[in-house]
Amino acid sequence: MKTILIVDDSATTRALIRAVIDELGDVETVEAASGFEALKMLPQQDYDLIITDINMPDINGLELINFIRNNARYVHLPIIIVSTERSEEDKKRGMALGATSYVTKPFKLPELQEIIKRTLGL
Amino acid sequence: MKASKKEFIAEAEELLEESQRLILEIQDTFLTGLNPDTINALFRSMHTLKGVSGLFGVHGITTLSHALETLMDEVRLGKIDLNQDVVQFLFRNLDILREMTDEVSKGNKEGDAEHYVKDIEAFRASQKGQAGTDSQISAIDESIMKVLSEYEEHRLKSNIREGRGIYLVKAAFSLDTFDTSLEALTSAVKAKGELISTLPTSDNVPEGSIGFNLMFGTTAQAEEMKKDLEFDIDTLVSPRIAARAPAQAHVEAEAEPQQQKQDTHLKSTSTTVRVDIEKLDRILNTVGELTLAKGAIKRIGTELLEHYGQNHLVYDIHKISQALERRLAELQDQVLEIRMVPIGQIFTRLAQVVRRYSREIGKNIDLVMYGEDTELDKYLAEEIVDPLMHLVRNSIDHGIEPAEDRKRKGKKETGTVILKAYQQGNHVIVELRDDGAGIDLVKVRKKAVEKGLLEAGSEPSEKEIIDCIFAPGFSTKDVVSEVSGRGVGMDVVKEKLSAMGGYAVVETKKDIGTVFMLTLPITLAIIKALIVRVGSERFAVPLTSMSETLIVEHKDLQTIEWKEVYYLRGEMLPMIRVSSFFNFEPTKSERSFAVVVGIGERKVGLLVDEMFGQSEIVIKSLGDYLKKLRGFAGAAEIGKHEVILVLDTESLIDDTVVKQRGISNV
Repeated sequence: MKTILIVDDSATTRALIRAVIDELGDVETVEAASGFEALKMLPQQDYDLIITDINMPDINGLELINFIRNNARYVHLPIIIVSTERSEEDKKRGMALGATSYVTKPFKLPELQEIIKRTLGL
Repeated sequence: MKASKKEFIAEAEELLEESQRLILEIQDTFLTGLNPDTINALFRSMHTLKGVSGLFGVHGITTLSHALETLMDEVRLGKIDLNQDVVQFLFRNLDILREMTDEVSKGNKEGDAEHYVKDIEAFRASQKGQAGTDSQISAIDESIMKVLSEYEEHRLKSNIREGRGIYLVKAAFSLDTFDTSLEALTSAVKAKGELISTLPTSDNVPEGSIGFNLMFGTTAQAEEMKKDLEFDIDTLVSPRIAARAPAQAHVEAEAEPQQQKQDTHLKSTSTTVRVDIEKLDRILNTVGELTLAKGAIKRIGTELLEHYGQNHLVYDIHKISQALERRLAELQDQVLEIRMVPIGQIFTRLAQVVRRYSREIGKNIDLVMYGEDTELDKYLAEEIVDPLMHLVRNSIDHGIEPAEDRKRKGKKETGTVILKAYQQGNHVIVELRDDGAGIDLVKVRKKAVEKGLLEAGSEPSEKEIIDCIFAPGFSTKDVVSEVSGRGVGMDVVKEKLSAMGGYAVVETKKDIGTVFMLTLPITLAIIKALIVRVGSERFAVPLTSMSETLIVEHKDLQTIEWKEVYYLRGEMLPMIRVSSFFNFEPTKSERSFAVVVGIGERKVGLLVDEMFGQSEIVIKSLGDYLKKLRGFAGAAEIGKHEVILVLDTESLIDDTVVKQRGISNV
């Protein structure tokens, strides 16, 4: 059983991502509605993958990625950025900080599914 | 699907209302110092609307909100400068979104958004800002710069450009409690200036803790910040304008609005729930039935006492019914409180109408609102919207003169409409005031005579003339235009108010303006009432509408102009025999009881045969079938499953004080 943490302030987007993951079967999802919530949830269990938005009201996705990459416990944790097409610049910064890959919103469900499968080695 | 559509409409309306509030705030502050959070919040509303409408497949709204989100993104990044044109453009598009939402709620297709999107693109191309010109940004460490989002970077640059100091607070909190500690620190920082970014870190922090670096901009000096925040502070860029004396005042003046805003961030996972008003109605009904049950227990207690005298069971039941009464009263208050909404919610909608409508007919109008925080029952708030809307349109149409007329009269060219709400005892007063031409009394009188509402030779008072505008069928093109009326006359306004237990008072002065004062009860629902007997029938009179009760000897009644009056403390009080109003067989007696209802000029005495004391009642509607019946506000159940009618004192007063003889009876 793998566990994925979905971080996005939009409940709609989280639901869409969850729907994509549910189709994969043996994968559990945990959701955080902000970067801040994600920080609180990180130490609570082990995750196999983080999927995060960038523009969020308190702690943004870049700050979250930076934190994860600079923390020995999470250093190898894969991260997928899901962000809008306008944040091209933000996405580049995210990749520079060590995100594994990114998907542009609005995304095609099979595309995201494919990337998740590849990242988790399913 | 139906429920989910309802959910979409509710959420979309909420977002649009919030957006409206934000644009108004932007309009008010963009010249004097705009809070960047406001622009960002508007961007986020559009973003959310796009997401929600996308999920529900409302394509037109998705496309349009997406285009507006892009526009707002450029505004927040400083790529487009804010000016009056941008604000107007946003208002216009908000109107379009609202119309689309209306269509969806009516079950129609929301229409095509493509040409609106083209407009937005053209507009974006026509505007440009000053972003990207910068300077001291190199002073900031690369490790910080690389985690900033584009928006945060823009805010950082703006702060530097405006001469503010940029500081970094370094804090470490225990992993167990960091949420509350960070929230406190964030609030403290926001009280000082603008929080630009919150960077979590695990470098150089003790085991079991998490570190945060908060970057913020402020005009305050480093020493002051250190003293106030009690954390390590690095100065990244020194403030350029801080040393001067007025800067201090500037910081304080600015700290206040920030303070109010401070809980918007971390607490954004909101603590409110949205509940269908029907569910609250049901709770209220249950409370109502409980109130009846409580009354029964109390009565049983009294009867037991009479039968068996004082003993411990009787005492117990007395105690328990007292406890029940207290708790029930609390429960009732709490439920009523949940139903309360600030009247600002409907004022915002009216503001929308004023802007759109004044634009349509080409009049410049300033809308000023006071007392938006005044609370009243959600149901009443919704019921009052249409009457108010009608009055507002009327003011714009007929009250406010065209600019050239105003100029000629020596008035300000822009007309003013003031909406004001305040609480007075158990009532909320909503005032609508315009500085227009006033109601043309000569014209109204002429029309009223034509319609047979006033007699040709009579000398009606100003008030009597004004009251004619509320008569059914009075609306004419001369007085109320087709556009403003849209088929609704002032009589409907009055009827709606009366159904809610409210009434309207109008004051008007030629060339000075008109004031409509609408008085409404704060809550519907459970009320205290006096139970009275007229002939063989019992009625309830709501306590809120009465001021005192009297015993009246019939020989003291006088007749003036075919109306019975009574001199109460030297003032003339018109009397209504409730029995003759409803054509009952009058009881023969020397004296009656009088219930004094109404206030000011609308004060009258209702003559009844007997009074039984107070009771709590839950007014239930008579249903559509009996709705046209005059004189009754509804029905209520009292005591042993007995149903009685509740008197509508307002309509009784109308028929006495206002001379609309032709239409008075059922």
